[in-house]
Amino acid sequence: MATQTRTTQGAPPPGGVSFSLSDPTFRSIVYQILVVGAVIAVGWFLIHNTLDNLARRSIATGYDFLGREASFGIGESLIDYSPRDTYGRAFLVGVLNTLKVSVIGIILATIIGTVVGVARLSSNWLIAKLASTYVEIIRNIPPLLQLFFWYALVSDSMPPVRQALNPLPGVFLSQRGLRVPVPAPDPVWTTMGIALVVGIAAAWGVSRWARARQARTGQPFPAGWAGLGLIIGLPILTWLAGGAPLAMDVPKLAGFNFTGGAAISPEFFAILTGLTVYTAAFIAEVVRSGIKAVNWGQTEAARALGLPGGPTLRLVILPQALRVIVPPLTSQYLNLMKNSSLALAIGYPDLVSIANTTLNQTGQAIEGVTMIMGTYLVISLSISIFMNWYNKRIALVER
Amino acid sequence: MKTGFLATAAAAVVVTASVAAGAATLDTVKQRGFVQCGVNAGLPGFGNPDSAGNWTGLDVDYCRAVAVAIFNDPNKVKFTPLSAQQRFPAIQSGEVDLLSRNTTATLTRDTSVGLNFAPVTYYDGQGFMVTKKLGVKSAKELNGATVCVQSGTTTELNLADYFRSNNMSYNPVVIESNDEVNAAYFAGRCDVLTTDMSGLAGTRAGVAPVPDDHVILPEVISKEPLAPAVRHGDDQWFDIVKWTVYATIQAEEFGINSKNIDEFGNSQNPDIQRFLGTSPGMGKALGLDEKWAYNVVKKIGNYGEIFDRNVGPGTPLKLERGLNALWTKGGLMYAEPFR
Repeated sequence: MATQTRTTQGAPPPGGVSFSLSDPTFRSIVYQILVVGAVIAVGWFLIHNTLDNLARRSIATGYDFLGREASFGIGESLIDYSPRDTYGRAFLVGVLNTLKVSVIGIILATIIGTVVGVARLSSNWLIAKLASTYVEIIRNIPPLLQLFFWYALVSDSMPPVRQALNPLPGVFLSQRGLRVPVPAPDPVWTTMGIALVVGIAAAWGVSRWARARQARTGQPFPAGWAGLGLIIGLPILTWLAGGAPLAMDVPKLAGFNFTGGAAISPEFFAILTGLTVYTAAFIAEVVRSGIKAVNWGQTEAARALGLPGGPTLRLVILPQALRVIVPPLTSQYLNLMKNSSLALAIGYPDLVSIANTTLNQTGQAIEGVTMIMGTYLVISLSISIFMNWYNKRIALVER
Repeated sequence: MKTGFLATAAAAVVVTASVAAGAATLDTVKQRGFVQCGVNAGLPGFGNPDSAGNWTGLDVDYCRAVAVAIFNDPNKVKFTPLSAQQRFPAIQSGEVDLLSRNTTATLTRDTSVGLNFAPVTYYDGQGFMVTKKLGVKSAKELNGATVCVQSGTTTELNLADYFRSNNMSYNPVVIESNDEVNAAYFAGRCDVLTTDMSGLAGTRAGVAPVPDDHVILPEVISKEPLAPAVRHGDDQWFDIVKWTVYATIQAEEFGINSKNIDEFGNSQNPDIQRFLGTSPGMGKALGLDEKWAYNVVKKIGNYGEIFDRNVGPGTPLKLERGLNALWTKGGLMYAEPFR
């Protein structure tokens, strides 16, 4: 290799690399190796030092504790759980609780955010000002304070459980949250669930067929109404066929609390309302900016072509607005999901709360923290991947 | 990717830990000039800042006692208020030298959490508090109740065990901060508040809007020996904390208190001479001044004085000595011999 003997002033031969620091290509490779090396060295040092310190103090390590009996209670759970179950299952309960509040929160925040965002652009002065006030107040107060506010609202303004408000037959509102009657268990509910899924699939099929037909023949088909009919009609037909059971599981005051029916705990109410209201304020701004980004000329052009208001919004404005809305909306979804860890402060058993209890009972803080971080990472990446896929799907196809 | 966030998670522990592990705790403390002590953020009688912002309480007094044993100055101590969940990482990582925060000594904490427990400073047990209006007379009547409990405590586990072994169900409301747990109970979110009996007494006396509206049920459902704790791996430091606690108990057994201690200066009792350092040896063995025990009793008092001052019948907590009386008076307080 003659290049090695070249002087530092010499230019590298075309297509080759000179092993000299004055050669930009070589220099950049050297720097990259140094940076990666430093990162690996620091990482190795931290891990090695940690393990060393843990061993010296004989603090237990490893994830064996996940199989041990948790022996602590959890207030609310989507799956069966008792203190006899393992730490692993307790953690799963926490993950599901986090997902529950995140999913419902994301859906509600999107709806409220869109309404408020559109309202801010309204030509009605009062509606526009109300929407602006909401956005400005809510997004400038720390979410934790808002959670305390919603939680205190339930525990301080609601009556004690024995004097529960009874606004509708079977519905009870008290410091212990909301209790509503639910249909008593009956095999027909499962069948109705299947019918619903079938209905949704059929509606999707119909809408695809209608679009293809319109593209081919120009004939429009009321796919929306047909789809709605399928989604609602099929489960109702199944219900009628199943004997139309009407028995309800109504909450009753027994001893200290209500039993029966379905409950919304004050903790869940506070965390869901807090996160929804807070995130909706940001989503409103995202939606407003998205709509503003579409030139008014687009609307005028659509009208000139004779498109009515609805299709103008659906076929012209939204596809262009979504392009602007979706990337920041993804961040807001991620924020909502991550902010759900504030649930710890008001006693909603989310994954951080349960992992914290676990790491406290077992003393294995590092393992607990890695599990929290890993889980959030997986959930966040899933949301990101889904939203990126959606973003790509709605991206403008330029011809 | 995995090692990436493992390292981040570990970093907080490690950076401080590597410092703490380097030198003996006593040397570090002497060089720094004060003891860093982890205490409860707000439990009247045990660890609580008073209206002037001074830390008071039984646990706090043991922090001060260790400071006196080393520096002969009860103010050479800084307090780190810790939640139940923060306390173990804080002591493991070396953020505090001593954890004196109404912490129950248990096998798991002694082993896999990596702690060494000094002698018990308060023998406690878990109980239940309910509002008088409920008319509940016994914990056995609590089936179906909603229970407010602080997370990360043995309380949370005993609660589950007690209801399970009595075939009762309950609905836990688990909150991290002690203040928020109390607030939830007093607002009526829960029927029952559960923690150690002493804690219930402190909360009823100091936090309840109307103390007489609340009753503490008679059942004691667990053993809660509350003890100061140090990290594994530094025997000298452990010995200092251990014998500082014993010094307060031994002083009470001798009948020595902060007021009369100087009268014992001429005592011919060889036990007392060794204890007060007039015949040397005990201080050197611990790496402390020979008069360390004298200083502790003179500046902080004996166990009885510490108890009476913070939680005794003359305080709002109005706790009797009970199990915490000296062994000579039917209690469990017993110091190993100073020789």
